Amino acid sequence: MAPALSVTGLHKAYGPVQALRGVDLEVGPGELFGLLGPNGAGKSTLVKITCGLVRASAGDVRVCGAPAGSPAAHRSLGYLAELVRFPDWCTAAELLEIHQELVGSPGGVEERDELLALVELDHVPDRRVGAMSKGMQQRLGIAQALIGEPRLLLLDEPTSALDPAGRRTVRALLERLRERGVGVLLNSHLLSEVELVCDRVAIIDGGAVVAAGTPAELSHAGGVEVETGSGVKVFAEAVREDAPRIVRELVAAGEDVFAVRVRTSTLEDAYLAAVGRATEEVA
Amino acid sequence: MTPPTEWPAALLIARFALRESLRRRVFLVIALLTLAFLVLYGLAAWQAFEATGEFGTATSTAGVDTRVVVGATLAGLAMFAILFLGTILAVFLTLGAVRGDADRGLLQPLLVRPLRRRTLLLGRWLGAVAVCVPYVIAIALATFLLTDALGGWWPDRVIAPLAALGLGVAILAAISLAGSVVLASTANGIGVFMLFGAGLTAGLLGQIAEAIGSDTLGDVATITTWALPFEALYQAGLAELTADTVGITKLALSLGPFGGAQDAGPGLWLFSLAYLGAVGALAVRAFNARDL
Repeated sequence: MAPALSVTGLHKAYGPVQALRGVDLEVGPGELFGLLGPNGAGKSTLVKITCGLVRASAGDVRVCGAPAGSPAAHRSLGYLAELVRFPDWCTAAELLEIHQELVGSPGGVEERDELLALVELDHVPDRRVGAMSKGMQQRLGIAQALIGEPRLLLLDEPTSALDPAGRRTVRALLERLRERGVGVLLNSHLLSEVELVCDRVAIIDGGAVVAAGTPAELSHAGGVEVETGSGVKVFAEAVREDAPRIVRELVAAGEDVFAVRVRTSTLEDAYLAAVGRATEEVA
Repeated sequence: MTPPTEWPAALLIARFALRESLRRRVFLVIALLTLAFLVLYGLAAWQAFEATGEFGTATSTAGVDTRVVVGATLAGLAMFAILFLGTILAVFLTLGAVRGDADRGLLQPLLVRPLRRRTLLLGRWLGAVAVCVPYVIAIALATFLLTDALGGWWPDRVIAPLAALGLGVAILAAISLAGSVVLASTANGIGVFMLFGAGLTAGLLGQIAEAIGSDTLGDVATITTWALPFEALYQAGLAELTADTVGITKLALSLGPFGGAQDAGPGLWLFSLAYLGAVGALAVRAFNARDL
């Protein structure tokens, strides 16, 4: 089966500004892939090229094997933009209906009801978009993106307007999509959220991928701290497996050991390190 | 799952645009203001026929049928007003269709679907035309009926003036839609109305050229009118109002406030359709090259 998303050597220039400089990444079926990076890093450009909204300067982007922007690619993807905007005059049900018709979905009212229930808007199908809160509009956007059972879902900051309960709902939804084999590219600034749900993560900065891997790989161990009678000793290069040996050696050396702590960096630490390193490299 | 093909998808977009107009009460506003326009027109026609009725017999003996002059003049003025109203409708329904909607983030969710950009443009144009063209035809027909009821005058030709108005606003809608691809809404609206004004000026130049016998000015007017065929169509429509009128009455007629009636053969209609196609092709080309 073709990857849900395959990006190879992607470049994009807006005049003299290089937005993307040779990005390579792949999202498999049923994989939740997090895309991290500071503002202006090129994340949204990457997502828009995948959607066919922006043309690539060079490189290849394929959605389920079809070139990005082609009708076949459009049939396979769902998209939630960062700044969700829908016509304020139409109702939730009407919005889903036109997207159903554009996709050719035979789901009808059952599909609409199911999707509205999925994002907890089933009690307001006839409410106008203009009368909805930002959070409700964002949830409606997620429902809209899921129309036609896409095989690749592109979510650009899907939880930015949601409260903690709404975020939990979206996380649960992402888990269900994973089980159904939907590949998800999640573009978010909420590192803790990405760390919680994503199988793999790429950190992009200055238009290039500066780090990639699983959250565990990126959040690598950061040393061992031992509280002894003579103070706290830090073994910066040590990992969890080194802790028993370090304790034995300290005790053998006559130290009293009161506590041992394995230091682990978070995804945020990894992110800041990657972005900081990239910034230095650019400078 | 089979997405709709080109025309069904375009009709879907057109239906969506029409529903928006309906929901935003555009039709209600149009209906009320149109009613006011027709009442004013009826009042003017009634007064004009009343005032000229007194000496109508005397002038008729001099060879000028005042009933025809008054009726055709009123209908000509009405056609100008209707073209203007149709232009306002066409412009306001399309001026922000692409760049305006893209800037507001409304366009992107639609274009992520299996919907070609040219289909979206076609749908938006059809949606605007479905409002503007029936509107100008209906209101022009209403003015003809009022003129007949109040003064007993009926145009020599009816279909051609109505068709000219309809095709004219369809072209203006296409120009506005094409402008919306590259211009911000305000700039596009101003641009289209300035083009409309340029068309009127061309008509005025033509009249001046005729009055002073200037071939150069006449050529400028003709070229400008054909470059903006909605004006040429309007002038041709005016000419069709009194196509069968002859004699001194015909000479006494000067229809329209800015542009004189100009007879045009079938070439104008073919040229206008080709112009419409060219504007559409340019709009599609520009839209396809645009990053959203």
